[in-house]
Formats: sequence, C-alpha cells, structure tokens
Amino acid sequence: MRDQEAELRDLEIRLLLEAVYLRYHYDFRDYATASLRRRMTQAMMKFGCARISDLQHRLLHEPALFSQMLQYFTVQVSEMFRDPGYFLALRQHVIPVLRTYPSIKLWVAGCSSGEEVWSLAILLHEEGLLERSLIYATDINTEALKAAAGGRFDVANVAGYSKNYQASGGKASLGDYYTSAYDGVIFDRSLKKNIVFADHSLSTDSVFSEVQLVSCRNVLIYFNRALQDRAVGLFRDALVRGGFLGLGNKESLQFGTHADAFEPVVREQRIYRKIAP
Amino acid sequence: MKPSLDWQHDIDAIVVGASAGGVTALRELLGALPADFRPPMLIVLHLPRHRPSTIAEVLGAYCALPVYEACDKQRIERGSVMFAPPDYHMLVEDEASVALSLDEPVLFSRPAIDPLFSSAAAVFSNRLLAILLTGASTDGSNGLAAVRRAGGTAWVQAPEDATASMMPAAALAYAGAEAVLTLEEICQRMRNRA
Repeated sequence: MRDQEAELRDLEIRLLLEAVYLRYHYDFRDYATASLRRRMTQAMMKFGCARISDLQHRLLHEPALFSQMLQYFTVQVSEMFRDPGYFLALRQHVIPVLRTYPSIKLWVAGCSSGEEVWSLAILLHEEGLLERSLIYATDINTEALKAAAGGRFDVANVAGYSKNYQASGGKASLGDYYTSAYDGVIFDRSLKKNIVFADHSLSTDSVFSEVQLVSCRNVLIYFNRALQDRAVGLFRDALVRGGFLGLGNKESLQFGTHADAFEPVVREQRIYRKIAP
Repeated sequence: MKPSLDWQHDIDAIVVGASAGGVTALRELLGALPADFRPPMLIVLHLPRHRPSTIAEVLGAYCALPVYEACDKQRIERGSVMFAPPDYHMLVEDEASVALSLDEPVLFSRPAIDPLFSSAAAVFSNRLLAILLTGASTDGSNGLAAVRRAGGTAWVQAPEDATASMMPAAALAYAGAEAVLTLEEICQRMRNRA
C-alpha cells in the first residue's frame, strides 16, 4: 500500500518528464524511476521549488533553467581508465581482432565528459591503431560533449587516472599524453584527430554507422528495461557480425530481450560479442 | 510504537545499513536468518570503492539463504539477501528489481545507506522494515527519516551496543525509531520472526 503523497509525487514526475519531452524534445520518460525520484528531489531543493509541479512550471518557462537541469540529470563524472581490468581485457581480447580490419570504427555511447573516450584513444594509439580508427563519441548533452572535446581534466584526479592507466596495461606514462594548465591537465590534441563528438540520443535516435566496437559503460543503469532494450537493440544493429559490446561491470545483458544476440567474451569485464546476423 | 511485526503479512522487504564494525554485525544478523525466512533483505555496507568486494561470498557462508551482490536491474527475490556492489549506489527501482547508480557519493560513501533506504521507502512504504546498525558516519539518518515518513518501521541498533555508536546515535537523534535494540535482540526477532 503506497501512501497518497508518494503516488502524487510519481504522477508529478511523469507529468514533468512529458512536459520536458514536448517542450525540449529530451526524452527521459523511460529512465529508471528510482534515480529520477532522487534527482528530482535534489533538483527541487537546488532550485528552491516546493513541489515537482513548481519545478515543471519553471522548466517550461525558463529554458536556461532547463539547461542547468540537463547538466544535473545527465552528467556523470567518470574516471579515465575506470575499472582498469576492462581496458586490459580490451587490449588482450578485442584489439587483436580489431587489428584485422583495414579501418576501424568505434562508438562510445553516452560519453558524458569524455574520460572514457580519451582513455580509448590512448589505448588505440599505443596499439598502433589510432591512425586507422574513427571513434564516435556521442551524448545527449551538448555541454558535456564540449567538455569532452576539450580534453581537459581536473589535476586533482590525475594521480588516480595514472594509477588506473598503469593497471590497465598502459605502455608508457600517462604524463606523456598531457600538459599541465593551471589547475587542470590538457590531453594531446593529436589524440582526438579521429574522434567525432556528436549529439545522439539512445532514447530517440537511430543507428548512424556500422561499427566494430560499442563501449557503453554505466549508461544503461539509468534506463528502465524497455529503454535498455532499445539501446542494446541499436548496438546490435550498429555492430558488424562478431563486433564487440562493452558494458559497465555491474551491467548485464541477461535481463534484456537481446541476450541471445550476444555471447560473452570476457564475462567478468562485461565484454560481449555479437553472434546474431 | 510497533513492538512486534507480523512478518508474513506486514513486511515485503527489509533494508539494512551498516558501516564501521558492520562485517561482524552482519555476520551475526545473516546467521540468525532461518532458512524459511521470506522477506528479501537488501544491504548497504560501506566498502572501499576501488576494489572488488568478497563480502557476499564471505557472509554467504554464515547464512542459510542465498547471498549475492547486485547487478543493475537485478530481481529482488524472496528468501534472499542482496548486497550493494562497491562504488555504486543501490536503489529499489520497483517491487521486483533494484537499479544501480553512479550518482555522487553521499557523505563520502558509495554505496551509501540513504539512497537505498529512501528509494525503498518510496516503493514499499509501510511494508518496509529498515534496520540501521553500527557505524562511524551519519549516513542513514535521512534514509531512516524517509522510511518513517512513508509509514515504514525503523529498528536502530542501541548505540551502546554498537561497535561504532555514531551512526545509530545520529539516526536516533534525527529520525527516531520504532525500536532501539541490541544486535542480539534484532537477531532474536529474526529467528522468531516476531
């Protein structure tokens, strides 16, 4: 038995998401409910709204507030080489296959502020594949894309990134790839020569290219099952037969409808391979 | 006050939060669960963020029920115990599943107790039991308040009985509880389901 207040709040959240969709064409309607409730509550406090309906009213009438809210909703601060074991597994099990293609296309879906894209570019560079690779880095948040393209990260985090990088099988020193600038570090421009940063929504857009690897880590956790199925369906359609899909290490294909289209390559690192046509 | 609970009908889920001293306390708690214990138990234990956790296997050895670490959208099964994985918040998505999140740490912790308790309160309202154990943190206070606001039942380990008293004491001061119990009393209630 849920109390009426909780029912009302959920109703207000649904209305707000509908309003955001109609007004701004961002579709959060199939985002995971628990996370949405939590962020809505935080947003109400942050923007001084007593009710979700008040927040909805302001969002409809103040586009600037919406863009603040979008940062709030979608920006996930990640780490470079987060879960080093994942990148090590890419080096050991995926790179040897990618090497057999004359040109390689990769898709980092939901790249947010870009930590993973830059990590992948470094990995490809060290494997001698960056020159013939094209990385699509996509996100719904254009501000995050801008930040990602800037390749500038907080100096306070760099020690942790270096440690991750070493543990991921890095062949040099992470310091070889960046220069310091005030309280940040800026990664070598030449690494992003073959990265295309683009606005793309896993909720509403379709497949835009054929690729050999999709890396989409800790993005699906924010989706409900229906939207997870949609996103994984896009990945399946985008991947060549035998192409690879990498997920976050607590994400799984087993609860979704496309489980049969993939087989695990490195199960504990959530790296899969497309087997269906 | 709700001194006793009719387990079969009143409780659909139990959420548990623990921090410093939590491994020992949880070993006792899980050891007390009878094999026919039905309500699913969801647990946040504060963990180091950057290494894989073996807590589910370690404590599983002391428990008559299956104990596992959650994946995203993992099903909530009756008669089982689920731990939040290191470096993710674990939220109750609906009555049948959990969802993980990489939202900011709460009070330096990820997983944190507040997001689990609050999200569980939103889904299970008055059919939820929340148990807050030992810890040197103030995590859990907000979550426990949310549980009680939604009509759920809060049990807090008596601060003087806890290895680290800060977390239960802070929650009692902030949110209050239906019962303040020693770990042994909590375990006894589990054994008796009363």
